[in-house]
Amino acid sequence: MSIDKQDVQKIAHLARLALTEADAEQYQQSLSSVLSLVEQMQSVNTDGIEPLSNPLEMTQRLRDDVVTEENRRDDFLANAPQTEAGLFLVPKVID
Amino acid sequence: MFDQSISTLAAQLRNKDISSVELTRYFLDRIAKLDPQLNSYITLSEDVALKQAAHADTQIQHGDASLLTGIPIAHKDLFCTAGTLTTCGSKMLNNFIPPYESTVTGRLQNAGAVMLGKTNMDEFAMGSSNENSYYGAVKNPWNLDTVPGGSSGGSAAAVAAGLAIAATGTDTGGSIRQPASFCGITGLKPTYGRVSRFGMIAYASSLDQAGPMAKSAEDCAHIMQAMAGFDDKDSTSSETPNDDYLSNLNAPLTGLKIGLPKEYFGDGLDAGVADVIMAAVKEFEKLGAEVKEISLPNLNLSIPSYYVIAPSEASSNLSRFDGVRFGHRCEDPKDLLDMYMRSRAEGFGQEVQKRIMVGTYALSEGYYDAYYLKAQKIRRLIKQDFTNALQEVDVIMGPVAPTTAFGLGSKTNDPVAMYLEDIYTLSVNLAGIPAMSIPAGFSNNMPVGLQIMGNYFAEAKLLNVAHQYQQNTDWHRQTPDMAKGA
Repeated sequence: MSIDKQDVQKIAHLARLALTEADAEQYQQSLSSVLSLVEQMQSVNTDGIEPLSNPLEMTQRLRDDVVTEENRRDDFLANAPQTEAGLFLVPKVID
Repeated sequence: MFDQSISTLAAQLRNKDISSVELTRYFLDRIAKLDPQLNSYITLSEDVALKQAAHADTQIQHGDASLLTGIPIAHKDLFCTAGTLTTCGSKMLNNFIPPYESTVTGRLQNAGAVMLGKTNMDEFAMGSSNENSYYGAVKNPWNLDTVPGGSSGGSAAAVAAGLAIAATGTDTGGSIRQPASFCGITGLKPTYGRVSRFGMIAYASSLDQAGPMAKSAEDCAHIMQAMAGFDDKDSTSSETPNDDYLSNLNAPLTGLKIGLPKEYFGDGLDAGVADVIMAAVKEFEKLGAEVKEISLPNLNLSIPSYYVIAPSEASSNLSRFDGVRFGHRCEDPKDLLDMYMRSRAEGFGQEVQKRIMVGTYALSEGYYDAYYLKAQKIRRLIKQDFTNALQEVDVIMGPVAPTTAFGLGSKTNDPVAMYLEDIYTLSVNLAGIPAMSIPAGFSNNMPVGLQIMGNYFAEAKLLNVAHQYQQNTDWHRQTPDMAKGA
């Protein structure tokens, strides 16, 4: 299984990673080698086998819909690159 | 003093032979002298440590101490520690001060343990050599030209070199066991869900599990006693009651049934490592155990299954690093998309970006069934192999890794070769069972770890098996020469 540079740029865009041309070339090789490695799965017959997503096959535990956390807005804003008036600041989204 | 057991040090603290502040300063001094050779710590938390130690001394004074009170330990730098830098080995988080405490570090703190600092690791726990850290590679204390293993390489090197009594680690595909093997220490990956993942920076949420790394099984049992157990802050935490990890340590091994999977002893296993493992198995026979060959026929499929499931979950988990709420943000973003794309490209290292892309591809439209779903079906086959085998035997033994620690830089250009190194550890995470690595001897002067795997929630059994071996051998008491230099 191999992918081309265009595929790499498409995946990188989906993953929100800015790649240079040189990066894309390098990842084309390394992604292709990982995809070849995982290709051997296709030769295994898994008809009738249920996928396993949780090793203990637990079902999701539910809790009562009540407030359990106190408001710690300032603590959480302290790690943000940019804030204003108690809000996270990002580049302008709508003109 | 650096190579004493937790129970010996706890007795010395209670007898006032030494105070926790003295013990903590002693370790901080050792770190200052020796760690420049190893790079096992990313952050030293000297102020926190001395404050905790002073508090521990007061508790001991008042007769209000647990066995861990005043014992200096280290935490892998992916556990959020309130007020102390937590980087996860990444540039992305090189300014991240968590506003809250992980359950694991919080419970150990409540038990009185002193936090010396945060240990180095492969970025976001992705790696088997600790060479993928933004903060530089860690060196193996047994040979400074070799890797300590990964991703909990800093924790393993620090414990092996006597720069902490014990350390926390996490294991998604072998990240506690393989560095424990390479550095000659004891490490336990508990059953999935046994230890809370709350406050652990996520890599692959259906595989991640935290555990103790220490000099001996007994010390690991002390740490487990404090860290394990149900936590309602982790939605996958198990409500199965905790065992007492200490009370069973001395049970005799007479009649213990050990399974040796033939797939663990095939091509690719280094002959020196195989000799050490077989000698260890003989030792168990002397202790009264019975050995039989078993088969885990789908072992080879654990590599492709893991390298789809783990990157897929990582690509989802790591989408939270967007430059908005925490972590690295690029300079002068021209719009929101530019900010996401450049912040992430600048903040993540190569291996992390690669795994995110593998996962993004596997989860993308049209490929989900062929990759993610297929990998999860194979995951069930791997689980069934273990549950079948564990109906016949009590524990499964084999090597942790095909070789001893390899040279720094020797595999960095061939990532697939590095992935193949994980062949003996990945399947345990896919099945979710517990497993340990214990020191079992040396090959070419480098430590070899024996892997002991058990049934779900059989941690107490594994610790008992390991402890009995350690009562009759002294491989776990060996110390690298560099540790004696201070």
